[in-house]
Amino acid sequence: MSRTILDINDFSMVFGGLRAVDHVDMHIDEGEIVALIGPNGAGKTTLFNCVTGVYTPSEGNITVAGPNSEIIRTNGKKPNKITELGLARTFQNIRLFSSMTALENVMIGRHPKLKAGIFGAIFRDKKTRDEEERVIVDSLKILKKLNLAKYANEPASSLPYGAQRRLEIARAMATEPKLLLLDEPAAGMNPQETKELDDTIKRIRDEEGLTILLIEHDMSLVMSLSERIYVLDYGKLIAEGSPDVVKADPAVIKAYLGE
Amino acid sequence: MKYFLQLVLAGLTKGSIYALIALGYTMVYGIIKLINFAHGEIYMIGAFTALIVGGALQITTGLSPLTILAISLAAAIFFSSGYGVTMEKIAYKPLRNAPRLTALISAIGMSLILQNYVLLAQTSDFLPFRSMIPNFPFLTPGKSLVTTTQLVILITTVVVMVILTLLIKFTRTGKAMRATSQDKVMAQLVGIDINKVITFTFAVGSATAAIGGVLIANHTGQINFYIGFLAGIKAFVAAVLGGIGSIPGAVLGSLVLGMTESFGAGYISSAYEDVFAFIILILILIFKPSGLLGRNEIEKV
Amino acid sequence: MILTFPIMVIKVNSYEGVVLWRWKNLMWIGIGTFFLSWLWRFLLDRKENGPGESKPDADRDGKFSLRKALGERKVKIPTLAVLAILVLAFPFMVKFYQVGIMTSALMFVILGLGLNIVIGYGGLLHLGYAAFYAMGAYTYGLMYLYWGLPFWAALPLGAVSGAVFGIVIGVPVLRLRGDYLAIVTLAFGEISRLLLENMSGFTKGPEGIAQIPRPGFFVKLSLQGATTYLFYICIVLVLFAIFVIRRLEDSRIGRALEAMKEDDIAAQSMGIDLAKTKLITFALGAVWAGMVGVVLAAKTTYINPGSFTLMESVMILVAVVLGGTGSIPGVILGAFLVTLIPEYFRALADYRMLMFGVALVVMSIFRPQGIIPRVRKRYLVGEDKS
Repeated sequence: MSRTILDINDFSMVFGGLRAVDHVDMHIDEGEIVALIGPNGAGKTTLFNCVTGVYTPSEGNITVAGPNSEIIRTNGKKPNKITELGLARTFQNIRLFSSMTALENVMIGRHPKLKAGIFGAIFRDKKTRDEEERVIVDSLKILKKLNLAKYANEPASSLPYGAQRRLEIARAMATEPKLLLLDEPAAGMNPQETKELDDTIKRIRDEEGLTILLIEHDMSLVMSLSERIYVLDYGKLIAEGSPDVVKADPAVIKAYLGE
Repeated sequence: MKYFLQLVLAGLTKGSIYALIALGYTMVYGIIKLINFAHGEIYMIGAFTALIVGGALQITTGLSPLTILAISLAAAIFFSSGYGVTMEKIAYKPLRNAPRLTALISAIGMSLILQNYVLLAQTSDFLPFRSMIPNFPFLTPGKSLVTTTQLVILITTVVVMVILTLLIKFTRTGKAMRATSQDKVMAQLVGIDINKVITFTFAVGSATAAIGGVLIANHTGQINFYIGFLAGIKAFVAAVLGGIGSIPGAVLGSLVLGMTESFGAGYISSAYEDVFAFIILILILIFKPSGLLGRNEIEKV
Repeated sequence: MILTFPIMVIKVNSYEGVVLWRWKNLMWIGIGTFFLSWLWRFLLDRKENGPGESKPDADRDGKFSLRKALGERKVKIPTLAVLAILVLAFPFMVKFYQVGIMTSALMFVILGLGLNIVIGYGGLLHLGYAAFYAMGAYTYGLMYLYWGLPFWAALPLGAVSGAVFGIVIGVPVLRLRGDYLAIVTLAFGEISRLLLENMSGFTKGPEGIAQIPRPGFFVKLSLQGATTYLFYICIVLVLFAIFVIRRLEDSRIGRALEAMKEDDIAAQSMGIDLAKTKLITFALGAVWAGMVGVVLAAKTTYINPGSFTLMESVMILVAVVLGGTGSIPGVILGAFLVTLIPEYFRALADYRMLMFGVALVVMSIFRPQGIIPRVRKRYLVGEDKS
């Protein structure tokens, strides 16, 4: 029985008078690829934001598995703390550090795993110097894994669109997460790029031992990649299960196509 | 008791002037999300214009004081709006899509330019301003309580407020302004010419500031190129206190600030009068950044 | 649009009391603004239709080949050597008065570099930087007044008080962004000054503190000697600042600062603690101002709140923006321009602030990266395309 990495219990998010997410229960187990789908505005990104600490959940509990398998509640924690706990994400509208190079973007991703502080920066003792060398090497390795090595010294904004999306994933991976949350990673991609993304995600899950939760609208990608799917509509969970089950669920069909 | 009432009146008066300036800040911020650092200078230019035009008329012609006042006021409004609109076209329009930092620096630069322009073109001294508002005879018994100029200020501010509210609520331009401040792109898509709207907003904001400038000049009897800066900061504090982007908020915030300053100076210490504004600003931004009447801006992630 | 320009001109004319009509001005301004508006429109069009003019990596541009040339070892070392000799010999080559001015310019360079950490690397628009400057100066002044503290002890204390004050100001503004941050830091700057002025019992108010001793070099130095001494001290401080900043650029903390500047939400998602990083930025930036404050007190031997107004903060800002935010050579150039131009062009002294204002606006619109923009580091990674 693989352990649960992320557990969402009776979680709701209320903004003013609007219930963006309504009493949702979800869990992600180690090594899975789970998809979260639903029509636009269903509350998917809001859920992501609550899990990663950008918002504080209004009701319910979100817990993650800690380094020693203890259960840690993440409600109200700051995003950087949650990243330190092993959750990393990408963004729906790409949020790369545009004037920094691809390599530097990934180097920033290494931040939570590094130790050097101000004194290290100014005095450059041996420990810091070694750490800095390793950062460059490790970051380059990650770039290679996602076929981005040739862009290492290019400013992030100059990369082709597909490469930028991959760079966001590379940057998130640099934080050595247990769970990777991808927010519409295939948005704007053509079928060829989407197929490559499909392979890439499967590969990094297998090679790096990651768990993946993704929000996606591209149904072919979802059906091909995911082992389990949750469907959200108007903030409520309307279906969950394997791709075949969800595909045939009448509630899901209604939500997407209307009456 | 009398002292108390005097303080109340003084506070209301101050608050009204701040309100007239704060309106400009809040309207501009609502529309292009920029703090117009140079707005205070518009207020100052209004005062100067009135001084110059009024002074010139007083000496060269024999028109009645009321007429001179009217003409000076009109001139002040006209020129201030002109400056405001031109300022927008030069320093802000090219930076509409630039990062906020850059636009802010440009605004600071504009403020410096205007201040020093007036300084160089005129003088750095305090110029005496002979009040153009005649004394109303019916007020003489209450003279120690409320002076004529104070009354005029209060009434004018109320009138301006009402006109502005009507303008924004009921006219087509007002609706366009509201639409643009909520969503620039959508507003354009439904056919609103946002350049015109922005120009108009600057014009109106500058006009109210100009009125404030003329009134305060009549009230305090002297002006100088630096008054825009301090009043501008305080009015900005007032706008933030009430909730930047909200017009009733600007008024509320201004009155609160005016009263606080008045009572603080009256009962605590007049040396620290200016500090109150800053302290309020810091407190508000720490505890309730959206202000008293404002809405919380949630950033879309 | 051209129409509004001439209209404004008429304002320039009359005087109160006696009406003085300055029609001549009207003419000049009319012509001037006509030209200016043409020029302006031309430049704006060029800006909008021709981006891609200035690529930082361009090899063709004359200015950048200079940079490349300087990068070569063979050129770099002799140039630095010559520069070093010039700098060291400077006080003996020129009139004493110039040394004083240069020292002021150097002090401004340090201030600019400090503010650059906050604005250029951290992206936090700080309009109250002069307050840290004042902190340093008053630390020395007051410590001397009450406890007879000598210069060399005051210097590190100035740095510390700068850092502490930086954190004190940083804490309340942690949640603020952009415009609000700017205004509040401005407010803090003004409050500091007002407090210094009004707490006369403690800080001696507007009269200031006088007779602050200059640093001695084992013996008490003359005015000449002490100022020259300070000149060298400033050189050392400048080098120190450059050293620290360079180290910062290439470190984990430095990268965190820049990430925070670019996109703070993404930065947070990468594990960067925004609060801690912001405080570090403020403290790191303020340290320099604190030290320069002590130097100022020692140099002029008299300090009062009037030297630390908003204008000071703005001038330092102009130096950074004009020279190039985030670029060390840029800020140095900017600082020199801001201090030396008013000195050497005394005739234009009255127009100084006006020109600064114009500089801010023009730079913001046409060249926000400054005169000497930042050049990013290229990592030498073995580009094996595996």
